[in-house]
Amino acid sequence: MITTIFALAFYFATILLIVGVGYRIYEYTIVPAPLKIATTPAPTTTTGVVYRMFREVALFESLFKANKWIWIFGYMFHVGLLLVLVRHLRYFLDPRFVPGIVWYGLELIQPIGKYAGFAMIAGLAGLWARRVLVNRVRYISSPSDHLMLALLIAIGASGMIMQYVNPTDITSLKNFFMSLAYFNLFDWQPLPDNLFLMGHLTLVLTLMIIFPYSKLLHAPGIFFSPSRNQVDNPREVRHIVPWAKSLEDGSGKK
Amino acid sequence: MSDLDKSELDEALAGAGIELPDPLEMPEMKPGAMGDLHSFEAYPQHETDLGFPGERPDDWKEVVIDKMADLRTRYRSFRVYLDSCVKCGACTDKCHYYLGSGDPKNMPVARQDLMRSVYRRYFTLPGKYFPWLVGARDLTEDVLDEWYNYYHQCSQCRRCSVYCPYGIDTAEISMAAREIMDSIGKGQKYCNEIIAKVHSIGNNLGMPAKAILATMEDFEEELEEDTGIAIKLPVDKKGADILLVTPSADFFAEPHIDGLFGYAKVFHELGVDWTLSTTASEAGNFGMFIGSYENMRKVSLRIREAALELGVKRIVFGECGHAWRVGYAFLNTLAGPWDFLDPRYPVPQHICEFTNDAIENGELKFDKTKNDHMTLTFHDSCNVARATRMGDKPGGQFEIPRAVIKAACNNYHDMEDDTIGEATVCCGGGGGILTDDLMDIRVKGAQPRMRALRKVTEEHGVTNMAAICAICKSQFAKVLPKYDFNMEAIQSVHQLVSNAIIMSDAPKEDDTKSKSKKED
Ligand code: HEM
Ligand code: SF4
Ligand code: SF4
Ligand code: SF4
Repeated sequence: MITTIFALAFYFATILLIVGVGYRIYEYTIVPAPLKIATTPAPTTTTGVVYRMFREVALFESLFKANKWIWIFGYMFHVGLLLVLVRHLRYFLDPRFVPGIVWYGLELIQPIGKYAGFAMIAGLAGLWARRVLVNRVRYISSPSDHLMLALLIAIGASGMIMQYVNPTDITSLKNFFMSLAYFNLFDWQPLPDNLFLMGHLTLVLTLMIIFPYSKLLHAPGIFFSPSRNQVDNPREVRHIVPWAKSLEDGSGKK
Repeated sequence: MSDLDKSELDEALAGAGIELPDPLEMPEMKPGAMGDLHSFEAYPQHETDLGFPGERPDDWKEVVIDKMADLRTRYRSFRVYLDSCVKCGACTDKCHYYLGSGDPKNMPVARQDLMRSVYRRYFTLPGKYFPWLVGARDLTEDVLDEWYNYYHQCSQCRRCSVYCPYGIDTAEISMAAREIMDSIGKGQKYCNEIIAKVHSIGNNLGMPAKAILATMEDFEEELEEDTGIAIKLPVDKKGADILLVTPSADFFAEPHIDGLFGYAKVFHELGVDWTLSTTASEAGNFGMFIGSYENMRKVSLRIREAALELGVKRIVFGECGHAWRVGYAFLNTLAGPWDFLDPRYPVPQHICEFTNDAIENGELKFDKTKNDHMTLTFHDSCNVARATRMGDKPGGQFEIPRAVIKAACNNYHDMEDDTIGEATVCCGGGGGILTDDLMDIRVKGAQPRMRALRKVTEEHGVTNMAAICAICKSQFAKVLPKYDFNMEAIQSVHQLVSNAIIMSDAPKEDDTKSKSKKED
């Protein structure tokens, strides 16, 4: 029964996450940017823009310029999260179909991933402390901003408890996910019976479901930010989008 | 109240043993401090002149929501920026209006939230069903007034966008907000009256062709008296090579006029054939301030028409920050393509690029001692700094004006790093708030710049600050005295050029003194 509920919930959440975020990305793609508004100094070539975007995504360059505290906590959290996610891949991948070298890499990362959980939680705690203690940040926070941090900390904490205090049966957990992956519909392998696991999975499901409707859209959003992804060449190349073009021949309304 | 950043700053200050206030010092938060500052609203006539309704429609709320829906499909910035903010707080201390006023709604993210809260309510699932959870709110009369007041306390300077991890640019939201308000006839008098003047007359001042011609004649006499040579300020000269488009403030305000004299001397010395236009007699484009693509385009097309009409080969822009943004970044889009102009030069070119090229080619000579009574610093105008470029390398917009200043002056010292270059702090008067009814926020917004200037004054003996923006110059002329500086401390960059340039056809020193005129 519980297994069935979780199985159906995972299908639902996965579809929602993929379709929801996919649809947002589609929307961002079709909305034009009618004017050149790169924040300058900006790169004058596409290669330069790729490099700028890489620095923003991989190093949080602008944030580093802005505020060292947020950068340290935010970076700890995101890198921790990334490592933890990579570490989780092992539960969802079938070694038979994964090239040996990749699998070896995943094995290698396991011990680091273990500590990444601490970094993630510490980063989140730091961000939350700022949200509560720094009056400017408190002023701009809504309940959802606090809840998002609570949710992520709870996910991290329930995971860490299984890691260090109350281990669950990883083999049957993996069998469960494999049966999901192979669409063994209503013939799912049973989910191990562990309260922390139930909690952990419920919270993760929640995160997946709210992703497309929340500020987590910053992850795809950053790639579409015109002030960061435009090439600084307005004098050299004429930039004009269809609705603006239609003003010129008088064919369209705005 | 513990504030982590404040203690960081205090430590840094104590370490340096400096008494002067830090230019970017964090203010005490004063909610509502600027809440009542309401600039004059446009009369119905101003609105209809620009193609907006003159009266507020009864169903104004629907119109506003429809307008938001429209913008969200036409402007990626509006869409992505409203969705992406994580409320990290990195921008909260970056706005000069917050630093100067302490009003939390002048923090960039809070300014965006005035719009985002409504966007969430009407366009997002959580906002529709759980408004209290995500800070969503209904559109009401109070909300509208808050928009009006705080979106007219943003100079669209983009300082916040430099520091936001996603480049969220509050200026884009301010522009959108003003366009939304115009769509229900709630525009601002200052901006809209000016735009109407450009549409009907050709410049922000409403100076008709005759007046421009008369003024240029006066200026020519003045220049001849000063230099002993007949330096021309040609107007509507067909077949000239260069069309100079400059802010109309260069025709009447100080220190702008001295900048205009500088351009004229450079052109004269290089022997180029140039002209002003009476129809494109304004470089500034306030259409940008109100976020109206249509108005911005209409204003820009005047330049295209003048260029075609006069048959020029190049377009050069005078000293103006916002104008240079529209010129550099938007003109090709709005009024291009410029395939009828000489392809060897960028369109448009900035007067500093033009002068600097001539300096680099050794075509201009200076007697720098003419500026020895001053020690200069340079105010990077935000729109030049963060929305444009000069020359072909990123950052040329910082180097080229400084190179021009240093070619003309011996004494120069930059202000603190975190107040210049891409981090430059606004003069406090840009983006459509250079109006007396907003003087309170203009003075407060100037505080970081004034403190930075105070520091170089005390520590490095700086006496004057140069700028390349008509609004900056006007704003500084007004606010410098409020911070115990001399009003004349603000200089045009080409004013310095004008002081020091050696005119090769000038009569000898003593001839000039006796005011004898030389045959041209
Ligand atoms: C392209 C990938 C991503 C990039 C570049 C990115 C970048 C950032 C940056 C720069 C911040 C602001 C600093 C901070 O508060 O940490 C931030 C905040 C945040 N990110 Fe991400 N992120 C990414 C993906 C994700 C993902 C996948 C999640 C979620 C599971 C996430 C969750 C969050 C949360 C919750 C915050 C707000 C933290 C707070 O409340 O202060 N991010 N992100
Ligand atoms: S654009 Fe400038 S004035 Fe407007 S919120 Fe950002 S920093 Fe403040
Ligand atoms: S820096 Fe950007 S993401 Fe952070 S609060 Fe400000 S606008 Fe939002
Ligand atoms: S007037 Fe000058 S300093 Fe002020 S916003 Fe414009 S360019 Fe920036």
